[in-house]
Amino acid sequence: MSKRCTLGKNPFIRLRNIKKSFGHVVALDGVDLDVYPGEVTALVGDNGAGKSTLIKIISGVLYPDEGELSLNGKTFRHLTPSRAIELGISTVYQDLALVDCRDVASNIFLGREPLKARFFVDKKRMNRESEELLRKLKVSIPSVTTPVEFLSGGQRQGVAVARSVKQQGKMIIFDEPTAAMGVGESDKILELIRRLGDEGFAVLIISHNLHHVFSISDRICVLRNGRLVKDFRTENTSPDEVVAFITGSNRHDEKSRKESTKA
Amino acid sequence: MQGNVKVNWLKIKLLSSYILPQLLLILVMLVMVILLSVTSPFFFTWDNLRNIFDHSSLYIILALGMTFVISSGGIDLSVGAVAALSGVCMAAAMQGGAGAGISILGGLIVGGLMGAANGTIISFLKINPFIVTLGVMSLSRGLALIITGGIPIYGFPRAFTWWGSGHIGPFNPPMLLAALLTLLAAVVLNMSRFGYYTLSLGGNEEALRRSGVSIHFYRILVYILCGVAAALGGLIVTARLNTAEPLAGWMLEMDSIAAVVLGGTSMKGGRGSIAGTVIACLLLGMLRNGLVVLSIPSYYQQLVIGIIILVAVIFAEVRSRKGLAGTNIKGGSTSQ
Repeated sequence: MSKRCTLGKNPFIRLRNIKKSFGHVVALDGVDLDVYPGEVTALVGDNGAGKSTLIKIISGVLYPDEGELSLNGKTFRHLTPSRAIELGISTVYQDLALVDCRDVASNIFLGREPLKARFFVDKKRMNRESEELLRKLKVSIPSVTTPVEFLSGGQRQGVAVARSVKQQGKMIIFDEPTAAMGVGESDKILELIRRLGDEGFAVLIISHNLHHVFSISDRICVLRNGRLVKDFRTENTSPDEVVAFITGSNRHDEKSRKESTKA
Repeated sequence: MQGNVKVNWLKIKLLSSYILPQLLLILVMLVMVILLSVTSPFFFTWDNLRNIFDHSSLYIILALGMTFVISSGGIDLSVGAVAALSGVCMAAAMQGGAGAGISILGGLIVGGLMGAANGTIISFLKINPFIVTLGVMSLSRGLALIITGGIPIYGFPRAFTWWGSGHIGPFNPPMLLAALLTLLAAVVLNMSRFGYYTLSLGGNEEALRRSGVSIHFYRILVYILCGVAAALGGLIVTARLNTAEPLAGWMLEMDSIAAVVLGGTSMKGGRGSIAGTVIACLLLGMLRNGLVVLSIPSYYQQLVIGIIILVAVIFAEVRSRKGLAGTNIKGGSTSQ
């Protein structure tokens, strides 16, 4: 399932020494992370480990206090949502960030509606291209003119993914994609995420469900207390080992923490 | 096959939820026309209908701007006061020797500026639009009183009063202006990028922001639009009476909000109906007129209009709650 394609490849995005605090609470304490194209990288960790903060920094919603991000050979102190989208980073949020009362096509094209005569939104083109895209992604939705509020959780996720792809995304970030979803639906979404990885997207996924993480990821990065404590190849590790790192019951982890504090 | 049945059911449900409020309004209006025509021989005459359209045009213009604001998830309580302020500014400019055209333009800019003030404070400082526009309402009314010294300004050139009492064939400028703006508003709200973003702003502004759209820009634009609509209302009121009253447009904000809500635009934002707003304005105009034609004392007008609005809002709320309970598939799957 997983392909060893990291070697000799440049990461799509490279994070170095990212720090972020909210008042006295240190959410991220010097995180380094590389995400490669054509790979599904899973970010795991306990609640409050800093996963959501990290992806918000990558997508430009939050600014880091320290550290830098580099993409395409350019280095940034921080990104903004529109800059991140320009650079090809798009995020499928936990709350999905869909406009419930608008239809599927309007959501997929949100922020990049095609125009005709420089003024009118080209609704026909939006509907047609949305249908094509959803078919390509194998997301089944009754009609692209249905408001999103009438869709199921899996279908909504499908719409959110289609929007990311439409935004010319090269890197797609998923925040708990299978939360609040039935078994059949989450299988479909996992399949879709795996397919995005195989098609060359750099995929970063946050999940609490280790079973899901092991079934689709190429790499697993463990965050604990705002630090990236371990970076595994999925095929070289086991759920028990990952859990040990998440909870901190692993001695190696303690050692690496001491080393990193020294450095 | 099950999927197909579900789609059809959804489509019917959607269609009805979009058009039902407007259909109902039209039905109520028809009933009213018939009742009033039967009870009064004066009601269904061209002169009287023209009168209704003429009076409604002011409400329509203000309510169109309000439709944009409410469907973007906001509210603007300042429109009545901004209408008065703009009218007073136009009058003061003409009193100072400016031409009618320049004065009107100046008044519209004042309206736009008040709208920009509303939008900027609401959007950048994230303060509740109810409070902000309440403040701007008092501020505008105060400015109108200060500029006039509390005394109405009257006597304007014909080029100005034409906007209130001129004639274009069987119609007059306010009616045509209202019709033109209705058409324009419908096209902009439903077919332009600005309209799309107005509705998305009301639906989920965070989604819009994360898509890289400047929500500040579009929200401020929505309030500017509403301010300019209010100023056009001020133009009509001032030109019609040939008098700039600092206390003109009293409670006009309530009338336009009522019309917008009655017309089926969601107070929560995300959904707006230009057709509904216009129909509701005509309905309220007809109601006022009908009560006068039937020589019912004006105290009862307020009462009847209040009851109608309450019934309409309760009806819409009950329907939307039912709709949500019946169709929210997401709610079902989160339980496990």
